Amino acid sequence: MKRTVPFFITLLSGLFCLIAFFVPHPWIHESYGAVQTWAIVVVGCTYVLGVANLLRVNVQQAQRREGDWIYKIVLIVGLLTTMAVGFSEGNHYSDVTSHFNWIYRTFYSPMTSTMFALLAFFIASAAFRAFRIRSPEALLLAIAAFILMLGRVPLGNAISHYIPDAADWLMEIPQNAAKRGILIGAALGVMATGIRVILGLEKAYGGGGEGGA
Amino acid sequence: MLGVERGKAGVHFPAAVSVVFFLCSLLSALPVAAFPLKASDTPNDGGGNITLEWTAPVPVAKEWTLVRRERGGTFAPVTTIEGTVHSYRDGAVQTGVVYEYQLVAQPTNPQLDSEISGATQALASKFDWTKLNVLVVSGIFFLLLFFYIRQAQSGVRWTFRKIPGLDAIEEAIGRATEMGRGVLYVPGVQEIDDIQTIASMILLTKVARMTAKYETNLLVPTNSPGVYTVAEEVVKSAYADVGRADAYRGDQVRYITSEQFAYVAAVNGMMLRERPAANFLLGAFFAESLLLAETGHSVGAIQIAGTANVHQMPFFVVACDYTLIGEEYYAASALLSNDARLLGSLKASDTVKIFLIVVIVAGSLLLTFGQTWLAGFFSTQ
Repeated sequence: MKRTVPFFITLLSGLFCLIAFFVPHPWIHESYGAVQTWAIVVVGCTYVLGVANLLRVNVQQAQRREGDWIYKIVLIVGLLTTMAVGFSEGNHYSDVTSHFNWIYRTFYSPMTSTMFALLAFFIASAAFRAFRIRSPEALLLAIAAFILMLGRVPLGNAISHYIPDAADWLMEIPQNAAKRGILIGAALGVMATGIRVILGLEKAYGGGGEGGA
Repeated sequence: MLGVERGKAGVHFPAAVSVVFFLCSLLSALPVAAFPLKASDTPNDGGGNITLEWTAPVPVAKEWTLVRRERGGTFAPVTTIEGTVHSYRDGAVQTGVVYEYQLVAQPTNPQLDSEISGATQALASKFDWTKLNVLVVSGIFFLLLFFYIRQAQSGVRWTFRKIPGLDAIEEAIGRATEMGRGVLYVPGVQEIDDIQTIASMILLTKVARMTAKYETNLLVPTNSPGVYTVAEEVVKSAYADVGRADAYRGDQVRYITSEQFAYVAAVNGMMLRERPAANFLLGAFFAESLLLAETGHSVGAIQIAGTANVHQMPFFVVACDYTLIGEEYYAASALLSNDARLLGSLKASDTVKIFLIVVIVAGSLLLTFGQTWLAGFFSTQ
């Protein structure tokens, strides 16, 4: 029973969404819109579970004085303060002059930007490893990357106008061909996975099931 | 003779010119025939749209005011359209109500106005014919799927190419067990309705069963409460499936945050504190892919990544030990399970791929010879 009911819900929902993709008639599409609204309501409810989990895990870790426990305190205080400020400002929480907005601009935004900025250093270290030529394929990759990088900066054009052309050719022909091949394969994979889930062949999804490892 | 004829013509010339001018002035005084305006139901929609098409005379008006009336009513303006435009879709009509249209020239010049269109109404289509190609390919896929599942049930087995990343999953978990360290499973940063996240949950089942069997710590940080809820159920069930329900701890699956870089900061912190021996990055990833993979590399973990996001694949290829690319990622659960019915779906997928390759080659050849019907059939909106 525990697995039969979810299976039928998945089957019916999947088939209904499949039909809605092909049938634009309001009979189907209005119901489809309602189903999507239900999904939003369900996701909204899961936020309660998510925040409860977040608080439980971090409070326990802070109580046990686990590694970096002081950051758990910062997280809990930050979460509760932001929620309290947001709720107290009601519908005006996103106004430019609101305290919630001030918290967002002063704390959240710079920290996010900092994390994103780190990407530049990670790219540099990853590129250093990627361009070590240890095989013919790595040599091809390094040559293609060298032409592409040179073709994308003014220096490449100053050396020869063929270099930006070669960079464009690399992007438009071999890169596009490989990308489309991957996309076609992935699209078929999506279909296969979707059908397996809808038909209940992948019983593992949604909890439990046979087969597998 | 010739002289006489020339003489006659010379005598009648002024009169002839007068007649021509008279006729011309008469014609110019007549109203110009209004051009036709074609109104029809917009096809393949849910109703509420009427398409208007026209070929305006020369000279065209600078602008048109489109006016509309219900049958028997009075015209009211709908919108203003540039004089050079030749079609318009009116999306503000009621399905089933009969309308008539007219284009009125601006600045006002009744001679340039269109005819009143024929009465038409917006109707809701029962099938979107522009998606017929998708239905055909999906239908073929379904038929093949059932055919191969039946074959699999009758004992037929196929050979699929080995995917090193899949073979490495058990090896990575075994290594973590031997080292007495944990396993970190990151299911991407999309919601649970994303097919990549769904595929990730399926793979999480396999990974959780192995970690439960080997008594290795598994940590699953999620970036969506929806994914958290499902992941918790999946891991709990996987532990129960292998008879280790008691080993499941409530803090193994965690909701972190829905904010992309805050999530990255938290997961990177976990990697640096817990120093897992194996990292699984399986799901939909965006700019955070390299931030996660490079941190994982820096702590010396075996890393197995899988995604269908083409732009993130190069980052994973560079920073991870194994990468499941596109279809490999979706095929992983079937290959790991070795279930005949699931493998049948892979066989169907491969057969459709061959069919599509044939269609692409045939379509290219036909286009080369000026035949567009096959490419047209498979074009998408």
